[in-house]
Amino acid sequence: MAALATGGATPSDGATSFQRKVPASSRLAAIAGTRPSVRHGQLLLSSGLPSLDCVLGGGLAVGTLLLIEEDKYGIYSNLLFKYFLAEGIVCGHNLFVASAKEDPADILKELPAPLFDDVHKNQVDEKETAIKSKQESQESMKIAWRYQNLPKMEVSPAASARFGHYYDVSKTVSPELLKSIKWHRFFLPEEMSLHPEIKTCNMTCGYTRLLQSIQRIIYQEGFDGSYPQKKQKNILRIGIQSLGSVLWGDDICCTDNPEDIFSLTKFLYVLRGLLRMSLSACIITVPAHLIQNKAIMERVTNLSDTVVGLESFIGSERETNPLYKDYQGLIHVHQIPRLNSLICDVSGTKDLAFRLKRKQFTIEFADHQPCASQKEHILTFKHRLSFRASS
Amino acid sequence: MLSNPPSSLSFLEGSLLIVFQGKLTLLRDTKTDGSFLVHHFLSFYLKAGCKVCFVALLQSFSHYNIIAQKLGVSLTAAKERGQLVFLEGLKSCFDVFFGEEQHVGQTNPLQFVSKDGSNLKTMYEFVRTSLMASGSDSWKCPVLLVDDLSVLLSLGVRPVDVLDFIHYCRVAVCSQLKGNIVVLVHSNDDSEDEENELVVNSLCHQSNLILWAEGLATGFCKDVHGQVKLAKAFSLLPMLP
Repeated sequence: MAALATGGATPSDGATSFQRKVPASSRLAAIAGTRPSVRHGQLLLSSGLPSLDCVLGGGLAVGTLLLIEEDKYGIYSNLLFKYFLAEGIVCGHNLFVASAKEDPADILKELPAPLFDDVHKNQVDEKETAIKSKQESQESMKIAWRYQNLPKMEVSPAASARFGHYYDVSKTVSPELLKSIKWHRFFLPEEMSLHPEIKTCNMTCGYTRLLQSIQRIIYQEGFDGSYPQKKQKNILRIGIQSLGSVLWGDDICCTDNPEDIFSLTKFLYVLRGLLRMSLSACIITVPAHLIQNKAIMERVTNLSDTVVGLESFIGSERETNPLYKDYQGLIHVHQIPRLNSLICDVSGTKDLAFRLKRKQFTIEFADHQPCASQKEHILTFKHRLSFRASS
Repeated sequence: MLSNPPSSLSFLEGSLLIVFQGKLTLLRDTKTDGSFLVHHFLSFYLKAGCKVCFVALLQSFSHYNIIAQKLGVSLTAAKERGQLVFLEGLKSCFDVFFGEEQHVGQTNPLQFVSKDGSNLKTMYEFVRTSLMASGSDSWKCPVLLVDDLSVLLSLGVRPVDVLDFIHYCRVAVCSQLKGNIVVLVHSNDDSEDEENELVVNSLCHQSNLILWAEGLATGFCKDVHGQVKLAKAFSLLPMLP
């Protein structure tokens, strides 16, 4: 299932017969669903949302952690969590799903179905927009006339060659697609009943087991390079749901003076070490709004690579504000990592709002404009980051 | 951002190195990432021919290596010729956590994560033995570089133990070996992390030089990342002949 073409244009499509000879040293770039970053050469994964990839500077880097601060009811953070895993399925990556409240098999059954339809080819890719404008203007090409009669778009159903896909949240992923990938599970109530109590490094029991489970999978499946003879490398996508909540055995969400405030930060530090030494990426959702001790969230932010906070308008006064009527909430990008480089890719503005439709989750820029007559700033939405589907 | 990195040490920087010995430099960042200062000092001291002990707690070796190569220094080569002693915190912590019991009893610098809880003695011993001059060494003054100290607080170390560690290192590195220490900490004006603020304020008081990288007060700007304030700079005048 994994397509090995790096650019997406294979000879079978007829778009071009030119195929760049890939030297053996850059075999790493041939992993499905990844592409190297133009700025610092780091291998990037799609987070499942093309508009979030743009905001994060092209995608999520392999070996890093994406921390999502949950919105009040956990609805949209859960959705981002599912998009991340669904992207892994489409690209043929391995999955590791950990949860303390939902059975991982149930989580996987509810993942959104991918859209292979070509109408939704709305990427911020130079090539695509150039071809689009060629389509709109019906002029004949003057210089590159030889390419005029070639088919305009790749119509192959193997959309895994593309970076970033769209999903239909009203449908769930087909069981056949689920069976085609390899995934691993960690369901805390199950793990606790199987093995007796253990406590290492003065960390909460649930975290210790989770770390041992992740390390075991990384080692056994060779994601840390321990089987160099294995030709086909793959990525492990780790998803951990609602870390820090009471179901994990941690009390930082229910009291101002928790018994052990270092469990979560120690967990994140050891996880960081695991991620850096393997071909994996991790998404963690944390109920940040429940953590009373704000110092913990500051430390958690420092120990994570990419931190995104979601703020939904449900139940707040902004729900009825006419300015926000098209949007479901705001996205705050608290941190973007600087990897292998002195600076990082940061977008121009920092006010982002998100909008959820059946087939698309878009993130759009907002521009503040202070208004003299009102105490609050008025947000005017100027730039559109991704285009809407016509259907 | 930094201007073009020098290909070799200029005369001013060379003379600065002679007079600036036995000092503690504090790198501080607020609302921005001050790690570029760490990369600068690492490549600066390596190019100057100093023996460097780098306690890298936050990122992997390859990350520092790739950036150092852009600044003109190869960390791998420096390690091979014995000029750089690199403590990769993430890897040591991994060994402590997943390693066998008998290995944990050894002198892993991050041993405090598992059992000792808050004792940084093994880390101090590691620093001291790596910077002690051996007979065959011809390096200039030894340097201890730490990136970054705030991580230690996240791992369960108490603020007083962090400050003890820095004090012991100052005695060993600054006054006995006449070397320098450069330490990075994070801080925020409206931070609720009191332990971190305690460590930062105490270090500000102790250090000879403070470099403070701040985000712009007017907000986020794409082209200008921030400003660097120089505080408590020492005076060169009494030292010049």
